[in-house]
Amino acid sequence: MIQRMLSSALFAGFAAGLLAALLQFAFDEKLILLAEQYETGALVHFAAAEPAGHDHAATPDPATPAPEAAAQPAGHDHQPAAGEGGASPLKRHGLTVLFAVLTYAGYALILVAAYALAGQWGYRVSLRDGLLWGLAGFAAFQMAPAMGLEPELPGTPAADLDARQIWWMGTAIATAAGLGLLAFGRSLLARAAGVLLLALPHVIGAPELDGFAGVTPPELASRFAARSLGIGLCVWVFMGAVLARFWTGKAEA
Amino acid sequence: MNAMTHTAAKSASGLMQIVFVALIGATIVFAAGLAHSQTLHDAAHDMRHSTGFPCH
Repeated sequence: MIQRMLSSALFAGFAAGLLAALLQFAFDEKLILLAEQYETGALVHFAAAEPAGHDHAATPDPATPAPEAAAQPAGHDHQPAAGEGGASPLKRHGLTVLFAVLTYAGYALILVAAYALAGQWGYRVSLRDGLLWGLAGFAAFQMAPAMGLEPELPGTPAADLDARQIWWMGTAIATAAGLGLLAFGRSLLARAAGVLLLALPHVIGAPELDGFAGVTPPELASRFAARSLGIGLCVWVFMGAVLARFWTGKAEA
Repeated sequence: MNAMTHTAAKSASGLMQIVFVALIGATIVFAAGLAHSQTLHDAAHDMRHSTGFPCH
C-alpha cells in the first residue's frame, strides 16, 4: 500500500505544484515584485500622487508627507529574496517552481494518507469525492488560516513569526479535524465537536499588531490576497481530483 | 491487487503506513513553508507568500 500511496501523492503533488507555479506567475508574481519595490523604498505609496491643482477631492494633499514615506522597511530581519546576492530571475523563479512542487507534494502526501485512512473504513474516494476533499484541504490549509492571517505581500509588518506560525498550524489541524468530524461523525456530539473545532482558532484569534504600518498600497495587498486564495482553491481542487484518480483508480471515477 | 489493497480491513500495519506517509508530508510542508532556515526561507520566499504561509 505504501508504494501506491507514495507514487500517487508524488504524481498528484507534482502536477499540482506545476499548476500552482503557473498560476502564481500569471497572477501573483508581478504583485510580489512590485511590493518589494515598496518594501525597499524604491517606490513610495502616494509619492506619485498628482500635483496640486487636480480637482479630485480624494487626491491627498501633496504637502503632507505620506505616513508611508516615513515608515522604513526596518524591523525586517532579512533582505527580500530579490536582494540575496543579486540572484538571477531564472534562479529565483526556478526555486519558486521547485518549492511549489515540494509544498504540494507534501500536501498530497497528507491528503493521500487521509484517503487511505478513509479506505480503512471501506470508504472509497472517487474522482468526484476528490474534488470535495481538495476543497476541504483548501479550507484547512489556506482559507481558514487566511481568515486570521491574510496572505501578505512582502513589506507588511506583522506580529511575531513564531506566534503566527503556531496559530497557522493549529488552525490547519483544527479545521481539518473539524471538517472530518462534520463529514464522518455519526453522532450529534461528534458534529458539534466538529463545529467547535472549526470555530476555536477564530475565537482564540490570530496574533496581530496594534496598528497598521504596511508600506504597500492597500489595493495591491487586497488584490494579492484575493488572487492567492483563488490560486489555492484551483490547485487544491485539482490536486484532490488527480490524487483520487491515481489512488482509487479509473474504474471508480 | 488493487482490490486487495482497498478492501483490506483495518490493520495495524495499514495504520502505521498511513501515519508514516502523513508524517513525511507534514515534514515536507514544514520544511518548505515554515522552517526558519535563512536559506530555505529565501529559496521558498515567493511561494511562501503566494501560498499564504506566515512569512517574515
